[in-house]
Amino acid sequence: MSVLRSPAALVLENLTLTHGRRAAVHHVSGRFAPGSLTAVVGPNGAGKTTLLRALAGLHRPESGRIARDGSASIALLPQLAALDRAFPIACRDVVMQGLWPRLGAFRAVPGHERARAETALAAVGLAGFEKRPVGSLSAGQTQRLLFARLLVQDADILLLDEPFNAVDAKTSADLLRVVRDWHGEGRTVVAVLHDLDLVRREFPETLLIARDAIAWGPTEEALSAANRLRARMMAEAWAEDAEHCQKAA
Amino acid sequence: MHDLLIAPFVEFGFLRRALVGCLALSVSAPVLGLFLVLRRMSLTADVLAHGALPGVALAFLLAGLSAPALWFGGLVAGLLVAVGAGALSRATGGREDATLAALYLVALGLGVAMISMGGGGAADLSHILFGNVLGVDDAALLLMAGVSTLTLALLAFAWRPLVLECFDPSFAAAAGARGGAWHLLFQGLVVLNVLSAFQALGTLMAVGLMMLPAIAARHWARQVSGMAYAAVGVALASSVVGILVSYHLDVPTGPAIVLVAGAAWAVSVLAGPVDGLLARLMRRRHLAG
Repeated sequence: MSVLRSPAALVLENLTLTHGRRAAVHHVSGRFAPGSLTAVVGPNGAGKTTLLRALAGLHRPESGRIARDGSASIALLPQLAALDRAFPIACRDVVMQGLWPRLGAFRAVPGHERARAETALAAVGLAGFEKRPVGSLSAGQTQRLLFARLLVQDADILLLDEPFNAVDAKTSADLLRVVRDWHGEGRTVVAVLHDLDLVRREFPETLLIARDAIAWGPTEEALSAANRLRARMMAEAWAEDAEHCQKAA
Repeated sequence: MHDLLIAPFVEFGFLRRALVGCLALSVSAPVLGLFLVLRRMSLTADVLAHGALPGVALAFLLAGLSAPALWFGGLVAGLLVAVGAGALSRATGGREDATLAALYLVALGLGVAMISMGGGGAADLSHILFGNVLGVDDAALLLMAGVSTLTLALLAFAWRPLVLECFDPSFAAAAGARGGAWHLLFQGLVVLNVLSAFQALGTLMAVGLMMLPAIAARHWARQVSGMAYAAVGVALASSVVGILVSYHLDVPTGPAIVLVAGAAWAVSVLAGPVDGLLARLMRRRHLAG
C-alpha cells in the first residue's frame, strides 16, 4: 500500500453548485495539485460539503466543470452523521466494502484482499475487531473503521468530510498519521475541517470558502485575518432578495 | 397428532397447493422485507400492495377472476406507483414516503370503487382483498414458485450493493455502485413478491408474510445474513401453522397466516436474544473490563 503513485489533480473551472436556485459554491476556479494535501475551511453553510460531494461525482454542477485525470480513482469519507450506525453489519464487512471498485457485486473476495482488510483494521488500531457489529462501536472507533475502509479502497484521490469531528484527541492523532501517510505516498487529499489550529499545523494548502473562494493557496496566507473576516462577512450577507447572478457561466 | 398436522394436507389437494405456494413465498419475501426494514421503508410494501389494486380491479372488470389477468394488472399498477412516487418526489422536492402515502390512498379508493361499480359483489371484493387459498391453482402455484426463484437468484447478485447502499449511500455512490439501478431492481422484486402473495393472502394481507418475519428477525441475529435466515425461518413456520389454523378453525388463510406471523413477532420481542424484553430484564451484570 505504500507504493508511490502517479499523482492526480482535480481542476475546478468556474464551478457553480446550487441547491435549488441558491448557490452553494459560486464561480470557483482553481486546482488541487497532484499529491497536494488541502484543507477546505469556511463558515457553516459555505458549501464545503457540497463541493466535496461534487468532487466525488455526487452533485452535478449547475455550470462550470470539474476535471480530473481520467484513470484516477476517487474515494469519499462521508460525514459520520450520514451513516446508519445501527446497521447490522460486522466491521470486517464494512472494511471490505472498500473493495467494491475492484470486485463489484459478484466477484469473490480473494484471500490476499481478506488479509489486506485485516491489516487495514490493525493499521487504524482496531485489530481483533473483525467480527464486532458496527453498532457496538463508539463514534471514534467508527471513524477508525471508515479510515480502514479507505485504506483498503486504495484510491488516488481522497475526499474527507469532517474526518475529525466527534472523535477524541487520541483518535484524531492516530487518523492524522494515516492522512500524513497518504500524503507521503503521493495521493491527493482534500479534507473539510473546522479546527484552524490543526489546519495550520498539518495542512500545507488551504481553500477558504464562503460560497465564493475567498482564498486558495499556502495555508498561512489563505488563513490571514483579513481573509477570515471576509469569509465571515460573506456568510452573514445572506440576501433574501438576491438578484440573478450576472456573472458569465 | 397425525390428524391435526398431516391429515389435512393428505386429504385436500388445495391445501397442499396453498402450502407449497406459501412456502415458496416464505423463502423470498421476508428477505426483501428485511431490506425494507433496514432502509426504514417498512410501510413501502403496504403502499405497493394497495397501489396495485386499481390494476387488479381493471383486470377483474375486463377478464373476471382470472389469476394471470389479475396478476398482470397488479404488476403494471404496482410498478407505476413505485416508479411514479420516486419520480414525483424527486421532481417536486417532497418526501418520498408522503408521496407514496398519497398515491396509495387514492389507489386503494379507486380500486375498491372500480370493483364495486363493475358489478363485483361482496364475495369478489372479499376474494381480492383477503385472498382465497381455494384459488391457488396450478398456474398460480407456478407463478409463486417462479417469482420466488427469480427473487433468490437476483438477490444473490444484488446482495452486496443492497447492503452497501443501505449502510452508506454516499460512499456507495462515490465508489461507483449505481444505487439508483439497484434500488429500482429491488422495488421491482418487492412488487413481484407482493403480487405473488395476492392469490393466497389477498391484497390487504399479502404484505404480512413479507414484513412480520423481517421485523421479528431483528431479535434473533446481529448481522444481515443471520437476520435473513431468521426471517425465512419465521415465515416458513408461520405458513405451515397458519394454513393448519385456517383449516381447523375455519378462518380465511390470509389473516390466519398473518396472525401466526404476528404471534411469532410477539414472541421474538419478548424472548428474542437480541434486545428482547426478557433478555433485558434478566440482563447479567455488566462486564468488568
